[in-house]
Amino acid sequence: MAAPLVLVVLAAVTVRAALYRSSLAVFIAERVEVASPLNAWKRVVEGLALLDLGVSPYSGAIFHETPLIIYLFHFLIEYAELVFMITDVLTAVALYLAIQDFNKVVFKKQKLLIELDKYAPDVAELIQTPMEMHYIPLKVALFYLLNPYTVMSCVAKSTCAINNSVIAFFILATIKGSAFLSAVFLALATYQSLYPLTLFAPALLYLLQRQFIPIKLKSKSFWLYTMQYTSLYLCSLVVIICLSFFLLNSWDFIPSVYGFILSVPDLTPNIGLFWYFFAEMFEHFSLFFVCVFQINVFFYTIPLAIKLKEHPMFFMFVQLAIISIFKSYPTVGDIALYMAFLPVWSHLYRFLRNIFILSCVLIFCSFLFPVLWHLWIYAGSANSNFYYAITLTFNIGQILLISDYFYAFLRREYYLTHGLHLTRQDGTEAMLVLK
Amino acid sequence: MGLLSDPQCRRALGRLLLRLNTPLCVLSYLSGLAWFLLLPLLAPRTYLSENAMGSTMVGEGSDLGPRALALARDFGEHRRREGGIPVSWLSHTMFQLGLEVHSQPFARTLPFPDEAHERYLVRGTNVFGVLRAPRAASTEALLLLVPCCEGGKNEQAVGLLLALAGYCRGQIYWAKDLIFLVTEHDLLGTQAWLEGYHGVNLTAMQSGPFPGRAGAIQAALALELSSDVLTSVDVAVEGLDGQLPNLDLLNLFQSFCHKNGLLCTLQGKLPPPEGPSGPGYAQSLRTLGLMVLGQAGGAPGGPHGLFLRFRIEALTLRGINSFRQHKFDLGALGRTLEGMFRKLNNLLERLHQSYFLYLLPSLARFVSIGSYAPALGLLLLVLALRALELWMRLSRSEEGEGEPPVGEVRGPSDPVPPARGGLLYLVPPILISVGAGAALYLLPVRGQAVATQHFPVGEAEAVVLALIGIYVAGMALPHSTHRALSGGGQRGWMTLKLLALLALALLLTCLALLNFSLGFLLGVTLVPPAAAVRPGGNRLPLALLLVLTTPGLSLFMAVLLERELLEAPAGLGEAWQRFLGALGQGLLQEHLHGAHLSPLLCLGAYPCWLLLWNVLFWK
Repeated sequence: MAAPLVLVVLAAVTVRAALYRSSLAVFIAERVEVASPLNAWKRVVEGLALLDLGVSPYSGAIFHETPLIIYLFHFLIEYAELVFMITDVLTAVALYLAIQDFNKVVFKKQKLLIELDKYAPDVAELIQTPMEMHYIPLKVALFYLLNPYTVMSCVAKSTCAINNSVIAFFILATIKGSAFLSAVFLALATYQSLYPLTLFAPALLYLLQRQFIPIKLKSKSFWLYTMQYTSLYLCSLVVIICLSFFLLNSWDFIPSVYGFILSVPDLTPNIGLFWYFFAEMFEHFSLFFVCVFQINVFFYTIPLAIKLKEHPMFFMFVQLAIISIFKSYPTVGDIALYMAFLPVWSHLYRFLRNIFILSCVLIFCSFLFPVLWHLWIYAGSANSNFYYAITLTFNIGQILLISDYFYAFLRREYYLTHGLHLTRQDGTEAMLVLK
Repeated sequence: MGLLSDPQCRRALGRLLLRLNTPLCVLSYLSGLAWFLLLPLLAPRTYLSENAMGSTMVGEGSDLGPRALALARDFGEHRRREGGIPVSWLSHTMFQLGLEVHSQPFARTLPFPDEAHERYLVRGTNVFGVLRAPRAASTEALLLLVPCCEGGKNEQAVGLLLALAGYCRGQIYWAKDLIFLVTEHDLLGTQAWLEGYHGVNLTAMQSGPFPGRAGAIQAALALELSSDVLTSVDVAVEGLDGQLPNLDLLNLFQSFCHKNGLLCTLQGKLPPPEGPSGPGYAQSLRTLGLMVLGQAGGAPGGPHGLFLRFRIEALTLRGINSFRQHKFDLGALGRTLEGMFRKLNNLLERLHQSYFLYLLPSLARFVSIGSYAPALGLLLLVLALRALELWMRLSRSEEGEGEPPVGEVRGPSDPVPPARGGLLYLVPPILISVGAGAALYLLPVRGQAVATQHFPVGEAEAVVLALIGIYVAGMALPHSTHRALSGGGQRGWMTLKLLALLALALLLTCLALLNFSLGFLLGVTLVPPAAAVRPGGNRLPLALLLVLTTPGLSLFMAVLLERELLEAPAGLGEAWQRFLGALGQGLLQEHLHGAHLSPLLCLGAYPCWLLLWNVLFWK
């Protein structure tokens, strides 16, 4: 299995290296869909220049990276392209290993449940076979590395690639069962972009499941483990933040990074939902609506945690998608991360209902972004409404895609326990309806 | 969620879609066409939206006729003496009129000789004078452009420009700089000047440092005149890549034509008599057709066309001297220009109030995007319906019979036997199509040296012939190659057709926004074969349909249609000559001005069409 992975990695590196040398690189780096105010390479360079001059990089209103990133590139600025390529490859390898392990777990669990007769008798065709699962890790790596979104993100040198890498390692550590590493990487991811905070819940659920600790509010071991994981996470977060403080000797980065993420002062158009609303809104309402919009990311965690407590990996996937849809400065790099997980759920394919229409919507929107941008900014014949309309369609497409997957997952679970051929009370064939 | 999440309802909808697919497609296509044909009836009257230009009255006091003619004669004399644009005389005259005069030399080597204009190595000089605004800082400017072409053309326009400049110099109300520009080698000079003025280099134009600037140009008018008297003024709106100026500029021109009693035409057509019946409708439709063809071609309708890309609203005015009884002198046109500049002078912000996306069935009526978009939308619906049908049949074949009801749709037509080998069999046709498109785009211009070495043809001929050669060869390719590579059977062609339909829909959607006319014309021609094509059975009628609608042949048809609409029908021989000329010009436009038409056709429409061609000959 390693040889195909190496091939994929080689292909991915070649594509990236070719694009770095082409004239497209500048064009891609300027695209608002690829580089947000939070992770644009231009801003990193600006921050580095300020740092070299002995000024706090946060003294201008340009730079919003974390101190660790700026010190990373302080040493590696010469090899930036290489760093981004390696980051992408590392992400893919981490995802590959994680999914490989996850598949083993799924298979074992499935076997156990079959032996325990938990499944209905006629669901043989719903069971995942090792044959089907064999290529999934490779497909995940392929989906991540050769996804045009990832490629563009890498070519634009958006630091989103680094955040993705940290999250991938966090997932790997979680699946491998290492609570300590998982907490450390989760703290790093939170430190980088704040929103991965919500991944705490699925990671905890997964680790609990791995330790065979029942998720009951009355059980003592549940609380013990939760406290343990939480304190590990908080400790590493505090350590990282203090480290940042000592690097720059100031707390400037807190308002400039997290304040910037939460209060959304930069309304440069992007593929997210924030900019247009807040550009149109009266100033005195904005605080209220910032809260409403931000709650979106965090709010879904609770119902999802209740519904999906037996399936923490699927929870993780849905949560990643929610972050990338509702975060304040989303880029296509964020989307690429959750899209890499789609092959893991390929067994849900038969339950998906709108996959064709939704993928068409996403593809069409991806092409229409630059067209409408051109009409708005260069030709002057369209306006911001046109661009926002496409943003809205794109996000609705994503939301429907995720809910389609969510519903398909629930339906498969239902069929597994209740049997594929459902009958009504009067003996006729029944079907599941979502109301 | 109700309608689509209820499996019963979905199944019923799906069955309906499968059973009624063909009638629905035909209906949708025909209603798209009908919608377009009805557009002249749906067009409301134009109106001036810009407040700053509407409510303020201006009075024109100039009488420039005799002075313009005298200056034109002087200019003509000097031009004949120097055998080109008389730079020193122009500079001197402008200086005497009290303008700040600059000249900008430029040079450009064409990628291959331009046969229509007989030029290859182009050298020229643009001369322009700036009248600094006495009432404001030089932050904004207006521009009057006269291209100085070869031959005796446009002398009167230069005369009028100089006379107007002299008159304007004496007025005190200017709040924007006025730039009076005379360019050489029409579009090339204009391109060089625009690039120089904005300090960019988009094409391989060579010009020295730009001598002097005024403010940001708000609006520009280009003037072309070749006689002392005129019967009407024709206005050209289409810019590069089908971009259009703000409708308010056109409204402004029209209102001043009314005021000064000038007869104005669009696409050489008089406004039809009011009341949308009988001859009025026919003429509106003809004007609309000409506009659509012109816009789809993407070539600028006049020197103004290059300004639009720099976000400068611009129009070209052409003086026409035909056999009509009633003639005007240059004074009337001078007053119109003066009035337009005075109103533009009142602008407080860029022209943005009125429409940018419109079609004109006559000068006094317009069709906005909301009215014409459904025509293309209905054409796209055909592709969507077909794609959905194919998808349903494909996904059904995957499930096979006896499956649990999982909400997928079952239709009446036969199930498709599943195929082996994944989607790999799709790679060769797609690669071939895209490769043929890339070859069509790159080879003719890059390979002209090789072609002229080995064949007894000139460079320009070589380029055009290579273009046609590669185009035709591309049509033969899929037929001969996939004999070795084919596979996938029934599923194979269905998947390929699905991809082709989606690619075509994507192309048309993007085009609909960028250049509606081009998108619509491609849609009208390519949608029927895309919907109908399938392998097996009697291939001849389908093959004929596909060949008839190939983008290259559509271009030829467009040439014929244009002559027909101009009421000057061309024979096949003449049309062929014009077609060859259009090919050469299309390639040149891309290299000289960065037009998008030829890359779009080569890399977008042609591969799409080749995919359909592949489907037809699928084994």
